[in-house]
Amino acid sequence: MSMRIAVGKGSCGIAAGAQKVYDALAPLLSGTEIALGTVGCIGMCWLEPIVDLYENDTLKARLVQVQPEDAQNIADAAKTGDLSAVRGRIITPEDSEFLTKQTRIALRNCGIIDPDSIESARAAGGYSAITHILKDGVTPEAVIACIKVSGLAGRGGAGFPTWFKWNAARQSQGNEKYLICNADEGDPGAFMDRAVIESDPHTLIEGMLIGAYAIGAREAIVYVRAEYPLAIKRLEHAIAEAKEAGFIGKNIMGTDFSCDFRIKAGAGAFVCGEETALIESLQGQRGMPRLKPPFPAQSGYWYKPSNINNVETYANVAWIINNGGEAFAAMGTEDSKGTKVFALTGKIRRGGLVEIPMGMTLRDVIFDIGGGIRGGREFKAVQMGGPSGGCIPAALLDTVIDYKKLAATGAIMGSGGMVVMDEDTCMVSMAKFFLDFTAKESCGKCVHCRIGTKRLQEILTRIVEGKGKEGDIELLEELCNAVRDGALCGLGQTAPNPVLSTLRYFRSEFEAHISEKRCPAHTCTDLLHYEIQADLCKGCTACARKCPVSAISGSVKQPHVIDPAKCIRCGQCIASCKFGAVTVK
Amino acid sequence: MQCSCQKQQSDLSLLAPVLREYAAVPGSLITILQQAQEIYGYLPVDVIYHIAEQTGTTPARVMGVATFYTQFRFQPVGKYLIMLCDGTACHVNGSSRIAAAVQEYLHVENGGTTEDGLFSFSIVACLGCCSLSPVMMINEDTYGSLTPAKVLDILKEIQKKEGAA
Repeated sequence: MSMRIAVGKGSCGIAAGAQKVYDALAPLLSGTEIALGTVGCIGMCWLEPIVDLYENDTLKARLVQVQPEDAQNIADAAKTGDLSAVRGRIITPEDSEFLTKQTRIALRNCGIIDPDSIESARAAGGYSAITHILKDGVTPEAVIACIKVSGLAGRGGAGFPTWFKWNAARQSQGNEKYLICNADEGDPGAFMDRAVIESDPHTLIEGMLIGAYAIGAREAIVYVRAEYPLAIKRLEHAIAEAKEAGFIGKNIMGTDFSCDFRIKAGAGAFVCGEETALIESLQGQRGMPRLKPPFPAQSGYWYKPSNINNVETYANVAWIINNGGEAFAAMGTEDSKGTKVFALTGKIRRGGLVEIPMGMTLRDVIFDIGGGIRGGREFKAVQMGGPSGGCIPAALLDTVIDYKKLAATGAIMGSGGMVVMDEDTCMVSMAKFFLDFTAKESCGKCVHCRIGTKRLQEILTRIVEGKGKEGDIELLEELCNAVRDGALCGLGQTAPNPVLSTLRYFRSEFEAHISEKRCPAHTCTDLLHYEIQADLCKGCTACARKCPVSAISGSVKQPHVIDPAKCIRCGQCIASCKFGAVTVK
Repeated sequence: MQCSCQKQQSDLSLLAPVLREYAAVPGSLITILQQAQEIYGYLPVDVIYHIAEQTGTTPARVMGVATFYTQFRFQPVGKYLIMLCDGTACHVNGSSRIAAAVQEYLHVENGGTTEDGLFSFSIVACLGCCSLSPVMMINEDTYGSLTPAKVLDILKEIQKKEGAA
């Protein structure tokens, strides 16, 4: 019997205390037969830190929300095989279903293998696809044909067929071609790419190698957000290991296929997720999009034919080569094949990474897998596609996850951010949040985006501040259409989506803010009215003492009153009242 | 920005190895700036002039690139850089209350540094730890599931460690 303990150390796991758990376990296991290892992120973020006990490479127990104090019990359990001391930490059958209900392709090794070990990746089948291609002489055309059969489409959000881009880059004239991975994951609320790189970097490298072989590139570049230091560190290590093992470099496996890899750390600009802006940034310039056409497949990095795909897209490639395009295409819907990874966050009970076949409904993901809303609140909307996407209301929860069906709702598939909101979220404020973001991130190259997003932001700001005017909704709509039609790149063209989709489904909330100066979700501070119910107030003075601006007056044992002119709407009175006498409207 | 190139005297020799490696490589300006910031903690004006000269371009172009990206700073930062996430998940889970608590306690604006030079405060885009929202990073450490009370405890702990409380 060989026992192994694996601690999940993705960024989230470490933030939740996984390193401390690891450090507590290490001295207890040194000198024993039990191996202590690191794995990446399994995606069950709400249960971090997670420790897995393996017996002969079979998962014996998954321990969740582990604290450093549990280390001795875990070590004992691993030594004796008796799990009774750690029983309280074992994952519940209900929580386990979060994983068993998924279909994992891009995430197949995440949280299972050691991201810092190429042996661990190879034991899980890593590099078998590229080995097959090179040893068995599969032609680049055959690789592209296989990807075509699979129906794989760009997972960064646009959903463009991958084979088409590869084929266009392959057909382009010239010997100098580049393959680029877009890991500039900038959508707020999305962390799929980070998890893949941190947990399974070799799968990304292999997918990129296959892509490079298919288009005829001799250099591959990964453009990673600088905010992901751990991902960069693990990817650097993995590239070095792959080089050492002969998968990267000159004449790979004795063939005439050569490919070098390097990492470029982004410097913080959302627009660099747009492929031509990313290329400008790679060239050391301000990350401003170029006019298309020409497309990168014709004129990309240093104006040479280039192919750019997202991390998740590449993470599917080796699986498709190994299992055949048909196996991938067998999953999903008519228009959308395979699986998609989502980062499920917000007011959700079980938040984390979810990979499901296309064709499931939003309800399946949010309620069946994600367990519904936290704290027994009502579901209100789900935001998909970040600043380029939209909010989908409860009435459309049975929408099927598919590029076209989601686009029909006014949202988009996007890169996979899925932020769940409950009844306490104000949709006007949500629209403003996204416009604050795009207005700040607009590169300024085209007028419609630079000035249009700014004006949209100003109108939304005055609405949430209670200064909205009649006609503002119509003005928003007109401006949204102008920005969508006139902007140069995807950032600007999609920037109005959060406004248009909230206007479409939650128009009455906009009207309440403008006409009645009221925020139905009670979140827009300037529109809140605090009141003390005289019949419930016992005159205990607790609120008056807490109030930072002395806006509450009244004698002991007499009902108190809030002066609305002085009130700063901080909510301290509600928090301090034991009798539920303070209400907010 | 006030021109202070005459007054500033950064130790430019620290940057020499970086420039030796990258100055002649096309497209390396961002990498050079990143490493310069790593060395000096920010991008002093004289360093920007020096980079322009060594890479054969103008200070205006270097400045144009540097100001485009949020990573680059032009003022020294405090010993502890607080980066509060304002991604969607953190926003929905109340990051603005955390921001208010930090700003009130430290008397510091977004993008500013405390008078004692101990803390800089910056509200940033998504840090990608959405399941722990609201989240902040102080230098390399990530703190999750924040509440106003919890964030004050963390700040007080640092002040105590630094003998500044």
